[in-house]
Amino acid sequence: MMEFVLGHYNYWIVVVLMMAGFYTVISRGNLIKKIAGLNIFQVSVFLLYISIGNVRDGTTPIIAQGFQHYSNPLTHVLILTAIVVGVATTALGLALIVRIKEAYGSIEEEDIHLQDNSL
Amino acid sequence: MIDLLIIITLLAFLLVTAIAIIRIHSLFAIVMLFGIFSLLSAGLFVVMDAADVAFTEAAVGAGISTVLMLGTLALTRQHEEKHNGKHRPILPLLVVLVTGAALIYGTLDIPAFGDPDAPAQQHVVPRYLDKAVDETGVPNIVTAVLASYRGFDTLGEVTVIFTAGIGVFLLLAGRRTRHSEKENAS
Amino acid sequence: MKNNLILRITAKLLIPFIILFALYVQFHGDFGPGGGFQAGVIFSSAFILYTLVYGLETAQQIIPLRILQILASLGVLIYIGTGVVALLLGGEFLNYSVLADAQITGQHIGILVIELGVGITVASVMIMIFFSFAGRGRQ
Repeated sequence: MMEFVLGHYNYWIVVVLMMAGFYTVISRGNLIKKIAGLNIFQVSVFLLYISIGNVRDGTTPIIAQGFQHYSNPLTHVLILTAIVVGVATTALGLALIVRIKEAYGSIEEEDIHLQDNSL
Repeated sequence: MIDLLIIITLLAFLLVTAIAIIRIHSLFAIVMLFGIFSLLSAGLFVVMDAADVAFTEAAVGAGISTVLMLGTLALTRQHEEKHNGKHRPILPLLVVLVTGAALIYGTLDIPAFGDPDAPAQQHVVPRYLDKAVDETGVPNIVTAVLASYRGFDTLGEVTVIFTAGIGVFLLLAGRRTRHSEKENAS
Repeated sequence: MKNNLILRITAKLLIPFIILFALYVQFHGDFGPGGGFQAGVIFSSAFILYTLVYGLETAQQIIPLRILQILASLGVLIYIGTGVVALLLGGEFLNYSVLADAQITGQHIGILVIELGVGITVASVMIMIFFSFAGRGRQ
């Protein structure tokens, strides 16, 4: 039982972090907070993948003398691409927020819906 | 043993920061907490032996993302999230609890953390670890896989970054349109 | 901020070292952690520091937006160009082994060149995004 908890606790904490980010996205109306919540979600997904690829008594996957076991490099490659794509979407999202503010005068979701419905 | 303690402490700090981001209303504090979150996760990546990933996450998450969010705050000039006291988010809480329970039920079957015989470490990975230095001459396996074995994915990634740069340039670097000029005049 | 003496002197001292570190990370990505993406972001942070301390107009005199657009496209072109050169030399698209006589030399050349392309694109795109955000508030 104790080994089961020791072997799985960080997956559970990562799931809790994912849900925290998800909750911020769907329940708060401020657009900047939504982008922050989305980024929390993304980072916790990366943590999940890197935890899957970790090997006990392993080291960074750079071949050097004296090391036998290496961590899984495939997960690292996947997450590197994902981090860069994440920053690209964040930058575009923030640029859209700036334009929304100029067009509607507010970045709260309720005000934007009000202005859209009253057209 | 010391690894375990460090991981538990960093994860606890991450949880506290995430909950603070949900509850705090000042947008400037949220952006700063977001930078702290990125840096803590970069520290966690280092403890889990992912040096390249930690490098990228620290530079990109705690660097570029925080700077861009501060720039957005400066351009939209809003400092507080608007909140009325009678906010009762029952439905989002329910959705989050159901999704979280389903995900935790899914993680019960995952092999233990750090298991060298897990399915994720079989099939292709031993071949890359054995043959990469002979076939490409590059000791850093992550760079070898990223640039040589999986070069197409990196091509797509560079194109995505390029497209995002063009998109932001088109959205923000032009002159303000007649729309807002009319509003400013009236 | 250009009237603040401490910020000016510190920025002038730090910026060359930041650029040097970015070049080190770029070209030693084969032997240690690093590579094109990290180097591009570090390189762009040197220019963002310069813009923050000395102002947007001074920074845009050093790197006009036209040059940034050309550099961003140049990085992607270098990447795809390596693949096309491999096609012309008889191999498949992005097969670096045909770029030189020995397979290892060809692979090494190919990896170095595409990481250079990636670094150039990422650096110029990050600076371009920052200039776009900073320039919007002036109007």
